[in-house]
Amino acid sequence: MQQITMGQAIQQALSEEMRRDPGIFIAGEGVGKSIHESPVMPTYGLLKEFGPGRVKDTPVSEAAIAGLAVGASVMGLRPVVEIMFNPFFTIASDQIVNHAAKLRYLSGGKSTFPLVVRIKTGAGIGAGCQHSHNLEAWVAHCPGLKVVMPGTPADAKGLLKSAIRDDNPVIFIEDMMLNFVPGQVPEEDYTIPIGVADIKKPGKDVTVVTWSKMLGVALKAAAQLSKEGIEIEIVDLRTLVPLDKETILQSVRKTGRLVVLHEATRTGGFGGEIAALVAEEAFGTLKAPIKRVAAPDIPVPFSPPLEQFYIPNEEQLIQAVKSIIG
Amino acid sequence: MNNQKKFELYKNMLLTRRFEEKLTELCKIEGKIPGMMILCTGQEAVAAGVCGALEIDDVIITNHRSHGHLIAKGANLKELMAEIYGKRTGCNKGKSGTLHLAVPEVNALCTTTVVGGGIPIAVGTAFAQQYKKQNQITVCFLGNGSTDEGSFHEALNMAALWNLPLITIIENNVYAGAQRTEEITRVKDLADRAVSYGIPGEIVDGNDAIAVYEATVNARARCLAGEGPILLECKTYRWRGHGEADHQVYQPKDEIAAWMSRCPIKKLQEELLQEQLLSEQDILNIEAEIVKEVESAVQFAEESPWPAPQEALEDVFV
Repeated sequence: MQQITMGQAIQQALSEEMRRDPGIFIAGEGVGKSIHESPVMPTYGLLKEFGPGRVKDTPVSEAAIAGLAVGASVMGLRPVVEIMFNPFFTIASDQIVNHAAKLRYLSGGKSTFPLVVRIKTGAGIGAGCQHSHNLEAWVAHCPGLKVVMPGTPADAKGLLKSAIRDDNPVIFIEDMMLNFVPGQVPEEDYTIPIGVADIKKPGKDVTVVTWSKMLGVALKAAAQLSKEGIEIEIVDLRTLVPLDKETILQSVRKTGRLVVLHEATRTGGFGGEIAALVAEEAFGTLKAPIKRVAAPDIPVPFSPPLEQFYIPNEEQLIQAVKSIIG
Repeated sequence: MNNQKKFELYKNMLLTRRFEEKLTELCKIEGKIPGMMILCTGQEAVAAGVCGALEIDDVIITNHRSHGHLIAKGANLKELMAEIYGKRTGCNKGKSGTLHLAVPEVNALCTTTVVGGGIPIAVGTAFAQQYKKQNQITVCFLGNGSTDEGSFHEALNMAALWNLPLITIIENNVYAGAQRTEEITRVKDLADRAVSYGIPGEIVDGNDAIAVYEATVNARARCLAGEGPILLECKTYRWRGHGEADHQVYQPKDEIAAWMSRCPIKKLQEELLQEQLLSEQDILNIEAEIVKEVESAVQFAEESPWPAPQEALEDVFV
């Protein structure tokens, strides 16, 4: 085991996979020569090892970057392209939503598009709403895309390897703040299957379903609640599409209570999907109403106290948990 | 250019014309062809000329006016027709219809109806050809309207930067929707846009199949020599509207008539007759053969089964 951050874990996944398969290349704005020349960044050192033929620094052209992945993947390569910030997904979204997601279907299953789009996301960097905006629900709403959002360095490494080896388009969304949070990561080659949630902490009282950076918030809240004798069970989805419905339902059937926690804004967020799933398929086991803890319906503000107000925290989760325990 | 190639271009254009005339006819019969129908009638010289200069392994990425491109690239006519009907035997099992036809068997990898949506993908296919050191190129067919899309500029800039083997064909058919080119841009010749990317832009008579063919042969050689992408603006005209439901009220009648008198098929046919490479009898024979081919495609589509509704759930993921 090694103690590394998510950025370093992603770097390991990329470099190990690129060594394994010469059909993998990476492209994006500053994936080679970067303004952030730091070992915690996900593409650090790759240009030096693999050269400019496989590590393609691109113009500032999100549509072209995403289209590059679509066209190269249908030709049998395995592109891993980077969209620098989640809000810039909107510029790339024609290629991702209308093309990457649909072209296999439109070919009647004849063509495959084994591509990965890595997108950086998350509030907390003080860059404001045009750099910070969690849009995973938009992506998850487009049939034809797999959506992965790891919350730990170990999950990020194993899931990215699976994403690269997957024959379908995978949107891999990385929270930027996690690039600085260390965790235990196995050194050997391993994969984590896409579509399998993980119970990060077992508990009997309330199920908390979460993903990405909010996993950390859930774990902090769990520690505090434990002191008061309340044991939450944390289900880390890791993958939004395909969704591991069974793990969610099993946990809710056990605890009888559900709180969904995500950083994205509340209205239309993916939390609503989880709540609906449980209401449809496990309603009879619920002992209390389902609660959602999410960001308020505003763009991410800049000023530090405003930005911190925006990001859901453990206090809000604790309150939500207590409100349904009674 | 050898005589065999001239025949091939002629036959390809005629096949496309008869195929589309049949579609125009079928669209008038209620309930026959579901959905929209956008035709390339009058623009056959671009399709035949460009694809006639390509090898089977070369990739094409095309757009909503794709019938000519796909036929000239060698797509199976019966499967095209069945797809247009929405039948299970269609080349895409009824998932795509006329607007999104994909025929990977002949490396027609994508038809997109998002204007300008194909060119970033063409950058990707051309990149793959370069990456894998294949001796092949990509052609992207775009309409004049697409040159106003941001994707067009992003993609051509990237293709130029990386010296990709990409030929961009602008089929300038005068209209984008109901707007004439001069109503939507001050650029008179769209080939001039190539200057912004540091690549050559050439103007070609898009109603002259041989001129298009020769320009493409040269462009392809340039790409294979590693000299990077090129933009060819083929000046032509669309005889039909933006869909068969378009009444074309915005297109002056005399303008349509003037362009119809410059029919690309008639033009090549006259040349072939003059050069005595074709006799009047040959023309009748070719015509009969093509009509038969189109009829048998229609019959195949008509007799093919509908997909079962549940088949809609297939082919999303591998």
